[in-house]
Amino acid sequence: MTQDPHHALRAEIRNWMATHLTGRFAPLRHRGHAGDGDALPDLRKEWERELAAGRWTCPGWPEDWGGRGLSVAEQVVFQEEYGLAGGPGRMGHIGEGLVGPTLIEFGTEAQKRQFLPGIRAGTEFWCQGYSEPGAGSDLGNIRTRARLDPETGNWLVSGQKVWTSLAHLSDWIFVLARCEEGSVGRNGLIFLLMPLNQPGIVIQPIRQIGGGAEFNSVFFDDSVAKAEHVVGKPGEGWKIAMALLAFERGISTLGQQMAFSQELDAICQIARENGAAARPAIRARIARAWVGLRAMRYLAMRVLAGDPSPEARREALSYKYHWSNWHRDLGRLAMDVMGPEGAILDDDPRRERLRQLFLFSRADTIYGGTNEIQLNLIAEQGLGMPREPRGTLI
Amino acid sequence: MDLILTEDQRVIREEARRLLADRMPSERLRAVISEGQGVDAGLWATVAAELGWCALTIPEDCDGLGLGLTELALLMEAAGERLAPIPLWETTCLAIPILLALGTEAAHALLPRIAAGQSATFACDPRQPEAASLTATPVAGGFALTGRLSPVLSPRADLVLVQARLGEGTAWFALEPGMGQTVQTLAGLDGTRQWGVLQLDGVTVSALARIDAGAAPALRHALALAGLGLAAQQVGAARGVMDLTLAYIAERVQFGRTIASFQAIKHRCAGLEADLAEARALVYGVATTADPATFALEVAGLRALAQDLVFRAAQEAIQLHGGVGITWEYDPHLYFKRAQSDRGVLGDPEAHLDAIAAHLLETEAKA
Repeated sequence: MTQDPHHALRAEIRNWMATHLTGRFAPLRHRGHAGDGDALPDLRKEWERELAAGRWTCPGWPEDWGGRGLSVAEQVVFQEEYGLAGGPGRMGHIGEGLVGPTLIEFGTEAQKRQFLPGIRAGTEFWCQGYSEPGAGSDLGNIRTRARLDPETGNWLVSGQKVWTSLAHLSDWIFVLARCEEGSVGRNGLIFLLMPLNQPGIVIQPIRQIGGGAEFNSVFFDDSVAKAEHVVGKPGEGWKIAMALLAFERGISTLGQQMAFSQELDAICQIARENGAAARPAIRARIARAWVGLRAMRYLAMRVLAGDPSPEARREALSYKYHWSNWHRDLGRLAMDVMGPEGAILDDDPRRERLRQLFLFSRADTIYGGTNEIQLNLIAEQGLGMPREPRGTLI
Repeated sequence: MDLILTEDQRVIREEARRLLADRMPSERLRAVISEGQGVDAGLWATVAAELGWCALTIPEDCDGLGLGLTELALLMEAAGERLAPIPLWETTCLAIPILLALGTEAAHALLPRIAAGQSATFACDPRQPEAASLTATPVAGGFALTGRLSPVLSPRADLVLVQARLGEGTAWFALEPGMGQTVQTLAGLDGTRQWGVLQLDGVTVSALARIDAGAAPALRHALALAGLGLAAQQVGAARGVMDLTLAYIAERVQFGRTIASFQAIKHRCAGLEADLAEARALVYGVATTADPATFALEVAGLRALAQDLVFRAAQEAIQLHGGVGITWEYDPHLYFKRAQSDRGVLGDPEAHLDAIAAHLLETEAKA
């Protein structure tokens, strides 16, 4: 009923993608997303520079820092068109979506000048050092230590981070570490920016359920974070870490939904070809998946619009739980539709993509806050139910 | 497009919620149920005649306010939250869309009456709402109508629209009380709605009672609007029954703590809340964008989601209330009965879901 107010922007992006995601970049289409994150890394880094040359990296950043200053709605348009065109998983996502906005808000002028241009240009890549073997859902239980070197003012970091996506392909890592001896929980933490290429840092890939390895363990042994690379004040690390997560806001999930839609298309196509489309139970599940995807889109749009009302807050809290469980169910549906052929490893790229969906979507309900943590958040922050009691085995 | 409520929409919703909370506390709802008519005439007079709720989506040239589907969905949500025993859905989501779809002068002439406070419904076979379920025969000065419909929602409404076979085609009529039809009230599992039998044994109506012009109206779209309203009401009912459950479990103490503090219970409430968020986002999204390409399919899916949601919310409410959940005294059963009873209104949700599957699997259309 309504005219798309972003028609011109949409056309511009569509045209740019059609003329650039081609030729030597054509193999990147639909590659490099979650579960396939270590695919074609060199070419994908080149693609980041191609995007940068077209000014399509960091489009939501302010123009002063090389962005386009796009509104949330316009960024959604970019993500949708990027996803529709089969744009590959973004190697620069952590820098663009998390580090950049955090530095723009909390960084020093020198930090901004040092780091923002490389992110914007697609020449420096970042990874995230939050989780540890003993600090997963309980992120406050961080044990990696940062010790001040009184002579240089630098920080010496020792400990282990884990589930660090693409650390082996990144240049920098941001690290949440404990800088106050004897502190516990969210107090006494520090937020540091560290180059990965230095003595005392060892990166070990972790082979995943689907065979690939986009995650890593990162070991630190008196590794150096320079004095000028503390974001915020020592002891304020938790505040910065949480602010960084809030920048995510789910804009990129709109692009992700385009990939979801393409996955559902592929499932429908296979169902038509192999006769699964005639089975009532499969039909009901496919229909239900389609409805869930439509609802997910509207849910994301409502969340991104930033309605301050309590029910909108509950919706925002529900969003991750909703999309991750939907996607996990889709993976199982894909296998059920493929039937016996789905359970045989072969080279058919369409089937392989759906098998990877089946396997890696198991991670969707674990990373970024497990289902169980999401339900706690909805119950406690959304519905005002009592908080979980803390244990004493620390 | 922003999918957040405007200030005006927020006011509409909050005013409606406040009024219904005030006028329809549990005791009053129970009094209506025991009266056996499924309608609170006083409340209906307030919202329809005084506050003009039924005028909301009627075009301005028919004495309406000309507002959109989002405002209507908000009212339905508020009504569902309190199980308001008034024919609001039948009037605003069923009869008005059909009258607008008919598009004739005779149909439009009825709209100012509804805007002024008359109730209306569409009497149909609940299993095949699109089918003409009566028979019309031309007689001198009009038509003779024959047939029996049961169960019908709000059969005692001021205007009852019916569809009848007429020769090879169909014709639409607006029945008013006293035309010779027989109405018998039925006791429903859900006593917050009025159910009954509409019987016509060769009832002669004047040609003026015919409100179509021979062409079939876009009935499917009108029924999709009705489906949207029904789902919005169910989302509201889910909210209502969840809220009373959350209030109960926050007070109920066992093992020295409120039962709301148990993770087993928190997670079930949170899971329901996540499903509620999904269904509500779909209600607002469908109502606000009203994209003609996907409207009917999205409503079909919404029907299935909302039906499932409201039933589970009511079922969990009973379970989480424990023993008192199966007593007459506590309210969960009222929602539980509404949830199951609604399932049969306008066709069952599985059939709606299969329409989506057919679209995705029997055409080359994109998901």
